[in-house]
Amino acid sequence: MALLQIAEPGMSTEPHKHRLAVGIDLGTTNSLVATVRNGIAVCLPDESGRTMLPSVVRYHGDGHIEVGLAAMKAQATDPRNTIISVKRFMGRGLKDVAHVETMPYDFEDGEGMVRLRTVQGVKSPVEVSAEVLRVLRARAEASLGGQLVGAVITVPAYFDDAQRQATKDAARLAGLDVLRLLNEPTAAAVAYGLDNAAEGVYAVYDLGGGTFDLSILKLSRGVFEVLSTNGDAALGGDDFDHRLFCSILERADIDPPSLEDARRLQMKAREAKELLTSCEEAPIHLQLGSGEVVDLVVTRDDFAEMTKHLVQKTLTPVRKALRDAGLTPDEIKGVVMVGGATRMPHIQRAVANFFGQEPLTNLDPDKVVALGAAMQANALAGNRAEQDDWLLLDVIPLSLGLETMGGLVEKVVPRNSTLPIARAQEFTTFKDGQTAMAFHVVQGERELVADCRSLARFELRGIPPMVAGAARIRVTFQVDADGLLSVSAREMSSGVEASVLVKPSYGLSDDEIAQMLKSGVEHAGDDMMLRALREQQVEAERVIEATEQALAKDGHILDAGERAEIDAAIARLRELRAGSDHRAIKTGIDAFARATDEFAARRMDNSIRSALAGHKVDELEL
Amino acid sequence: MSIDLTQDYFSLFGVPRAYALDEASLEAAWHRLQSQVHPDRYAHLPDADKRRAMQWATRVNEGFRTLKKPLARAQYLLVLAGVDAGIETNTAMSPEFLMEQMEWREAVEEARAAGELEELEQLHVRLMHHARDVRAELGRQLDVDHDYTEAADTVRRLMFIEKLQHEIDEALLALEG
Repeated sequence: MALLQIAEPGMSTEPHKHRLAVGIDLGTTNSLVATVRNGIAVCLPDESGRTMLPSVVRYHGDGHIEVGLAAMKAQATDPRNTIISVKRFMGRGLKDVAHVETMPYDFEDGEGMVRLRTVQGVKSPVEVSAEVLRVLRARAEASLGGQLVGAVITVPAYFDDAQRQATKDAARLAGLDVLRLLNEPTAAAVAYGLDNAAEGVYAVYDLGGGTFDLSILKLSRGVFEVLSTNGDAALGGDDFDHRLFCSILERADIDPPSLEDARRLQMKAREAKELLTSCEEAPIHLQLGSGEVVDLVVTRDDFAEMTKHLVQKTLTPVRKALRDAGLTPDEIKGVVMVGGATRMPHIQRAVANFFGQEPLTNLDPDKVVALGAAMQANALAGNRAEQDDWLLLDVIPLSLGLETMGGLVEKVVPRNSTLPIARAQEFTTFKDGQTAMAFHVVQGERELVADCRSLARFELRGIPPMVAGAARIRVTFQVDADGLLSVSAREMSSGVEASVLVKPSYGLSDDEIAQMLKSGVEHAGDDMMLRALREQQVEAERVIEATEQALAKDGHILDAGERAEIDAAIARLRELRAGSDHRAIKTGIDAFARATDEFAARRMDNSIRSALAGHKVDELEL
Repeated sequence: MSIDLTQDYFSLFGVPRAYALDEASLEAAWHRLQSQVHPDRYAHLPDADKRRAMQWATRVNEGFRTLKKPLARAQYLLVLAGVDAGIETNTAMSPEFLMEQMEWREAVEEARAAGELEELEQLHVRLMHHARDVRAELGRQLDVDHDYTEAADTVRRLMFIEKLQHEIDEALLALEG
């Protein structure tokens, strides 16, 4: 059934069918894909009806790659090649990774983002994440019956530029067009806010598998404004598991376990943690490969006691976020709990105590982020109706700064600035004829470069040679709605735009991505050019079909000359579609839209007139 | 889209060009403007549209940031009037003001070094009241007297006060742990 739709500024004048877009929660432990169908956000299940996909990727010796539940269940059989919680490695160097000693992976030590040596070669966390995204994309396309226009992918609010860029790169490798990187707490707020339709200031306490975020948002007049955000990108449910794992090792007094046994014990610890949410006690019974037996019981109180310090650790970012927002806990209208880890009773107690109110848990903490992302994806794809006119105003979580003399940081973009934001700084040359300049951009709140996160080194080239000190180079730092930085520079007196070469500290270079795209494409048997061609052909077919149906119904509103023109346009587009030049097809589609614009407008007029005259809507079927 | 990139922020937001400002009106205007220009509205459209949207949204955010805080607003008014108040040179400051600066600084330093949380909190409150008075003075100078020279002076004092407030906040944060 076609919905009568009035064109809005910025939307195509042709009434369109629903554009397929999804929201993806790429989680540390589990990932989900969701979409808006008939106005409601729903998580898409796999063939077995499961919506959650464990973020586990297993590389087999025969070249086969396994993602999800089966890989997760078998993680103890091949720990080195079964990657879990890869999100903790995105945009991170080896020295950033906590508990490295207890991890079974074969890390490649070097500069930049950590790499893992697997039986299928050296893998970047970006490639591993891309495998998870590929599965979700395939699931969505199968479920929705078509190609996706794009996806909104969520990231922890406290993710820095490198972590965000890594996520975007992973999406690119998986063949997904990223409509927006959305902060997880904001996504959850959208799901709650639109569900409860309540104005006010809310706190979102998001404890995932590997990350913690606290965001404070104000909802008013349909605008979700993030007031402040803080967190810990290396604190999550995994750390609770780890603490319990360590406790088991101590209590059971066993020899240092093999990689396989360590994995099995970690899995047991996680199971016990989850069980303790609903039971007072959890048994840990396991026979190790070494022959030793672990047989003990953990009580809920024990677990709360041994992880107390972790809970306290989450409250520090909470205090900081409140301070940055200029608010006290009692000024918060509601606290939303997000992430499976927030099911732990002692966490709920701590949060309730801190804010002096029971947290909101009516939406499934595992799904709420994906649902919010789906709503955003639906909006960004251009699907929504006028009354769904809400807007997200998010912020940059960490200050951006430049390295200056003496290893100090000069802040250029302050944390919690609403995005998008641009800041400009002027520099000059110190040598006669100097044509290049270098900058080191860091992210963080500290005064010393050494204490901040190195983001990238930017080289400006092509500065017109002048006397030292004469050049006025204006460097603009632009942070977009995804929270990603881009740098541009112009010499003001000559107006010459400098070229900017970016060397990310913890990211992939353009060459590396191109290489991964090539090999990933070869592996997946999916040719990029072929895909682009198919996309355009499908679109052309859609457009032709819609127009032919329209002609069948309403061709009479055109005179003979106009009809002939449109028939000719259809024939031309058909020809292009049969060819193999995807760019030509796209140009053809644009030209076709122009040629049929008048017809579409007239049909619209007639439809409205008919509708107003009392005809049933389904007679106007497209 | 009808947004003119050369407009000053007051006309962009449709508020009177003055220090006195109705914050609720400003915020409502900000929401309305962002609803029109935010990149999210153009996510499914061609790159050229997306780029333009980013420029506008950036400008709107900059305007909001400038007008929202009293100090930034005052500085902007001075810029529009062609008066430069941004320079914190001691030669421009009166001896009384320099003395005042020193006294405040010492009090904060002592309290911080001694870990005196209560003392710092009291200083925080006293400074807050002082800031309020200074801001009221600034309002009179700008909106009633239109005395931009005096206003520039007061802006410098306010800059010092806000910096000090920030330092007290940091000290409090450090002590609270």
